[in-house]
Amino acid sequence: MTTDNQSRVVLSVEGVTIDTRPAGRKPIVRDISFDVKEGETVCVVGESGSGKSVTSMAVMGLLPKDALQVSKGRILLDGEDVLQVSAARMRALRAAGVAMVFQEPMTALNPVKTVGEQIDEVLRLHTKDSAAQRRKKVLEMMERVHLPDVTRIYKAFPHELSGGQRQRIVIAMALILRPRLLLADEPTTALDVTTQKQILHLIKELQEQEKTAVVFVTHDFGVVSEIADRIVVMNRGELVETGTRDEILTAPKQDYTRMLVSSVPSLIPRRSPVTGQPKVLEVVGLVKRYGKKGLISDHSVLAAQEVSFTVHKGEITGIIGESGSGKSTVARCVMRLTDPSQGAVVVNGQDIVPMRRLRDVRKQVQYIFQDPYRSLNPRRTIGQSLMEGLINYGIDEGEARRRAGETLELVNMPASVMNRYPHQFSGGQRQRIAIARAVVMKPDLLIADEAVSALDVTVQAQVLRLLEDIRANTGVSILFITHDLRVAAQICNTVVVMQKGRIVEQGAAGDVLANPRHDYTRALIDAAPAPDWDFQNFRPAAGMPGMAPA
Amino acid sequence: MTSDTAPSKPAQTELDLPDMAEARNDSGVAAMIRAILSSWPARISAAVVVLIVAMAILAPFLGTVDPVQLDPSQRLQGSSAAHWLGTDSYGRDVYSRVVYGARISLAVGAGTVVIAVAAGIFFGVLTGYFRWADIIVMRFMDGLMAIPGILLAIALVAISGATLTTVLIAISIPEIPRVARMVRSVIMGVRSEPYVEAASVLGTGALKMVWRHMLPNTVAPLLVQGTYIFASAIMTESILSFLGAGVPPETPSWGNMMADGRVYFLVKPELILYPGVMVSLTVLSVNMLGDVLRDRLDPRMAKRL
Repeated sequence: MTTDNQSRVVLSVEGVTIDTRPAGRKPIVRDISFDVKEGETVCVVGESGSGKSVTSMAVMGLLPKDALQVSKGRILLDGEDVLQVSAARMRALRAAGVAMVFQEPMTALNPVKTVGEQIDEVLRLHTKDSAAQRRKKVLEMMERVHLPDVTRIYKAFPHELSGGQRQRIVIAMALILRPRLLLADEPTTALDVTTQKQILHLIKELQEQEKTAVVFVTHDFGVVSEIADRIVVMNRGELVETGTRDEILTAPKQDYTRMLVSSVPSLIPRRSPVTGQPKVLEVVGLVKRYGKKGLISDHSVLAAQEVSFTVHKGEITGIIGESGSGKSTVARCVMRLTDPSQGAVVVNGQDIVPMRRLRDVRKQVQYIFQDPYRSLNPRRTIGQSLMEGLINYGIDEGEARRRAGETLELVNMPASVMNRYPHQFSGGQRQRIAIARAVVMKPDLLIADEAVSALDVTVQAQVLRLLEDIRANTGVSILFITHDLRVAAQICNTVVVMQKGRIVEQGAAGDVLANPRHDYTRALIDAAPAPDWDFQNFRPAAGMPGMAPA
Repeated sequence: MTSDTAPSKPAQTELDLPDMAEARNDSGVAAMIRAILSSWPARISAAVVVLIVAMAILAPFLGTVDPVQLDPSQRLQGSSAAHWLGTDSYGRDVYSRVVYGARISLAVGAGTVVIAVAAGIFFGVLTGYFRWADIIVMRFMDGLMAIPGILLAIALVAISGATLTTVLIAISIPEIPRVARMVRSVIMGVRSEPYVEAASVLGTGALKMVWRHMLPNTVAPLLVQGTYIFASAIMTESILSFLGAGVPPETPSWGNMMADGRVYFLVKPELILYPGVMVSLTVLSVNMLGDVLRDRLDPRMAKRL
C-alpha cells in the first residue's frame, strides 16, 4: 500500500520526552518525533527497554500518573494536543479518536462478562443507539472481524474462545467506533504463527476499509516486513532511524538498525545432518497421557503419541510446533521431569523410563528453561547456582568453583560475577548463566526448551551463536524445542515437526524446511512472517526452493 | 565461603553490570527495620513492644516486690507509696503483678510462635512436597480447624492439668493448621517454578531442595503470620486464665488478675482495668507491627485492604 503526500496526518508526535516521576537521572524516552498519516501503518520497532510501549501509552494518555510523565513535546491527534486536553475530552478521544489493542487478549477482556456485552458496552457508553441498534452493530462488527457463528459467540465468555478469537474480539471493540488511529502493542506476540498471520491480515483489511492510521508496536521484524509502510526504530529511549519499509530493510543507515535487522534469523536452513556419529538419545514410541482413562468414559488427553526420533552425538535436533503440539511434553519426558505413559527414552544406550534412581542419568542430560527470570533462584548467587550440581555429584567446593568459573568464561561472562545475584543481570545474561549451569555438568545431551524465545533478537542471535560454539567445542548434542521456524532453520541439523501430540514430519532441516511434504509443515512455513526476506543480507531471499515469493 | 573473586573489573566490556554497592545495601533486616519505622503508628507500636519486653526482662529492678506475697492485712488498698497501684483481694501488690504478668504473656506468645511455626513448617513441607501425605494430614488439620481454638485449649488443659507448659501446648495446637496451610501453599507454588525443576535436574535431593530452594520463600509470610499468632496467643492465654483454665491461679498473669478482680469489679474496677489495658496495648501493638510487616512484604495484599 502506498501513501501519497496529500493524506492527512492523523498522529503527530513532536519532540516527546518522557520522564520518571520524580525525574530520574535519564528520561525514559528522549525527544521522539514521528507522524502517522491516514491509512498508513507505522511500525515502532525496538528491543525490550527501548521505550516503544511507553511511547504508545503516552499517546493513549495511559501513563501511570504517579510514575511517568511527558515532560517535553506535543502529541497531536488531528491537530489536538492530547497532553493538554481535559480528562473528559480524553475519554471522548479514546472512544472515537484512538483505540488500542494489547498483547494479551485474555487480560484485556473481562472474564465474567460475555464478549458481546463487552463490545456492546463501548457503544452504550459512547453512542445514543437503542439496544436493538447496538446489537445489530455488534454482530456486524463481529462478522467483519471474521468470527464464525456470531450469535453464539456473542453469548460466549472469553475463556470459551481461542486466543485468536479473543484477539478478534479485542480488535472489534477497538474498531467499532471507527477510530482515526489504532494503537496495537504487540497484538500478535502471544499468538501462534498461523493465527498471527490471520490477525495481521485482518488489521490490514479493516485499515484499508476505514482509512485508519495504525501504530504497530512490535519487536518482530518478520511482522514488520509484512505490514509496515514506514518503520520507526527505537533503542534505549531514543529514536534511531525512521524510513519506509524498504529503506530500513534493504539499506539501514544506522549501525544499530543494521545489527537489529541482521539479527533476524532467516528461514533458509543452514546446516546438514551429522553423519557417522553414535546415537545419544533415542525416543521410541513415546506416549504421554494426562488424566485417567475410565472404563466407559475417557477424560484423558494424549499430549504425545507414538513419538519416535533420534539425536546423534554433536547434532542439534529441533522439535517444532505451535502451542499445544506436545513439544514441551516430549522434552520433559526425555528429562523425566514428567513420567511418560508408554515408550522408551534411551540415553547412551540405557532406557531411563523404568529407572528409579534418576540421579545417575540426570548428569548426562541437562535442561535449559525458557524463562531466564524464573529458572535461577533469586536468593542464591550465580556461583552457588552453578556449583550446586557439581557438589551434588560429590565434587569438592574448590574444584566446583574452578569449573564454574571456567564455564562462565565459556559463555562470555567473567568469573567475577559468581558472587552476584540473578537480579543484577539482564535477560540475555541470565540465559547465558542458565546455559553455563547446564554445561558445567558436562552433559551428553542438552535440552533447550524455547531457550531463546523470551530474548530480544540481537540477544537471541548471540545466544544461538553461543550454543553453536558450545556444540562445536564440547561435542554435546542439543534437543532444541522451538515454535520459531526461523530459529530452527538457523541452528538445527535435523528437525521434527509436531502437531497435536504427533510427529507429522521429520528429517534433515534442509529437506523439511525447504521441501515440506506434510500440509501442516507447509502451513507453518507459509504463516511465518516474511518467509521471502533474507534479513541477514538485507535482500529478498533468492532461490529458496519450494517457496514462492509473496 | 572464600571469595577469591573480589569485585575486579570484568574482562568483557560488553557486560553492563550494575553497581554492587547498590544491590548490597538492600539487605533484608535493615530494610525491614527501616520499613517498620517509616510511619508514626508503627513507631509507637514498636516503642510499646520494646517497653513491654524491657519491663518483662527487668521486672525485679522496677521497684517491685514479690508478686505472690500474700498480706491479708493489706487487702484491697488504694494507691500508696508502698503499693503504687494498690493491692488485690489477697493483699498482693498489683503493680508488681502487672509487671511480672508481662513475663507470662510474652513467654506464652513467643513459645506459641515457636511451637506453632516449627510444627507448621514440618507439616506444611510434608504435605506440600509429598502428595500422599497431603490427603491424610490436611484432612486431620481441617478437623482441627473446625474446633474453636479456645474450646480445644480448655479441653487439652482439662486433660493434662494446668501448668505453663501444658497451657503453652494447648494454645499452640489450634494455631498449627493455619501455619501448615500457609507453608503448604507456598511450597506447592514454588514446586513448579523453573528454578526448582532446574535444581532437580542438577540432582539436588529432596531435603536440600526444601531447605535451599523452597523454605526461604516462606520466611516473609511466616514472619507476618508469627506476629498474629503472638498476639492471639496472648489473648488466648488471658482468656484461659480468666476462665480459670489457664496457668495456676497464684501465677501473676494478666488473665488471672482479671479473673481475681472480676468479683470486686463494682468496688475496685482498677483490678481489672490495669491488666486489661496491658493486654490490649500488647495485642494491639503486636498486631499493628504485623500489619506494617505485611504491607511491606506483600504489597499486593496491602493495596487490596
